[in-house]
Amino acid sequence: MDEEQCYDLLIIGAGPAGLTAAVYGARKKLETLVVSRDVGGQTLLAAGVETYMGFQYVSGAELMQKFEEQVRQFPIAFALGDEVTNLVAEDLQFAIRTSGGKRYTSKAVIIASGRRARALNVPGEKTLIGRGVSYCATCDAPLFRDKDVAVIGSGNPALTAVNELSSYAHTVYSIVRGRVKADPVLVDRAKKTGKVEFCSGYAVDEIRGTNRVEGLVLRHLAEGKVVDLPLGGVFVEIGAMPNSDFARELLRLNERKEIEVDHHRLYAIFNYYQSCGLTSVRR
Amino acid sequence: MPVLSGEVTQRVREKLQGLTAPVNLVVFTHDSGSPTGEETRALMEELALTSDQVYVEFYDVAVDTAKRDDYRIDKVPATVVEGQKDYGIRFFGLPSGYEFAALLEALRLVSLGDSMLTTSTCEQLKTLTKPVHLQVFVTPPCPYCVEAVQTAQQMAIESELVTTDVVEAAEFPQLSLKYRIFVVPKVIINEREAFVGAVSEAEFLAHVMKAGV
Repeated sequence: MDEEQCYDLLIIGAGPAGLTAAVYGARKKLETLVVSRDVGGQTLLAAGVETYMGFQYVSGAELMQKFEEQVRQFPIAFALGDEVTNLVAEDLQFAIRTSGGKRYTSKAVIIASGRRARALNVPGEKTLIGRGVSYCATCDAPLFRDKDVAVIGSGNPALTAVNELSSYAHTVYSIVRGRVKADPVLVDRAKKTGKVEFCSGYAVDEIRGTNRVEGLVLRHLAEGKVVDLPLGGVFVEIGAMPNSDFARELLRLNERKEIEVDHHRLYAIFNYYQSCGLTSVRR
Repeated sequence: MPVLSGEVTQRVREKLQGLTAPVNLVVFTHDSGSPTGEETRALMEELALTSDQVYVEFYDVAVDTAKRDDYRIDKVPATVVEGQKDYGIRFFGLPSGYEFAALLEALRLVSLGDSMLTTSTCEQLKTLTKPVHLQVFVTPPCPYCVEAVQTAQQMAIESELVTTDVVEAAEFPQLSLKYRIFVVPKVIINEREAFVGAVSEAEFLAHVMKAGV
């Protein structure tokens, strides 16, 4: 990577979107730089991917390795292990700064920085992170062997976490405010484990514990009754927030930190593109 | 039955082609010491067959006590990754999943004898005055763990005062209990300090310097 060079194209993020963009850029013979903390992004956290056409089942890591192999065939520069902290436009070009103290410039930028886990924002959550509160079932599930754990959330990531945890935990409580929104195939798989208890219609009032998670305080939304569920671990899977803070100076973010674009996905900045769920355009 | 598939073996062979100097894997197991001992032995044996720069030695921790004490091994399975000297890099447990990638990277760096850390980090590590023992707790499916492992191992290569143990948390539940490992990666420094997550080189260094100066 060259801090002196003004690249044709700078890609922020090396998940599936960023890597794909890099290949397209390289095929156009654009001098391309990819800046990312890792190669693979959130897909690395997927124990198994079952909806990527051409693969009936592939682990997230393996799929990303194949992406990387394809990308590495091109002369694409990578600045890995680094994160973009600021993006600005200056003198008809873009400039980024990174947490590692680097500064790169380019004629165009593709933001493919993806999302990160959203917090529940209930009492106890922040203080018990790393003490039984986790946002990565793939990483931490092996640490909860024979424990009772809960997964908060109703979508595919939540049910995927439920299924991953069921390989280790004694009982997995699936806590859902309304109805389960995950694909039925994931719900069926969870039911077949015989280890999953579905608790629908509950809100989480508190994650309880002093030095470690001891339980959840749940409130039944219809009846108002409050119950205490003793647990060894709580996995929060209630969606994700865009990694867009670095763009705040240049672009308009809405209250969900999504980059505001109009219905044609046009923005009043030349050479600007977006990908991977960062903008306010609903997918 | 081989531990590594044919495809993986081929990839490992390609990755280790660049080794410039010999690396010695010193493996400690014990028949009844761990359910993954046999698999660890088999993995290291296969690894040694992929490169003429990789050598392997096996010891029984209960029998070869002098070696065990020399290498300061207190649990098994254990693998020491040694180059021209012992940099203090140990893997405890079977290095599978992402930890296998971390093992390959350790082989590369140890063979090179170069930490590949930034000049500024290297300069600061020279000012350490006290030993810094890093225990990096990991799980095989954790993609972030490998980053923490790599930085810790780079620091062990750079400074004689830094030693790095990579501990597979689920294989050592008593240690996970002792150090309250509910999330990985978690780094324990000199038994006293701890931090979680794959942090930047600068942040990792700050933790090390706090413990070692």
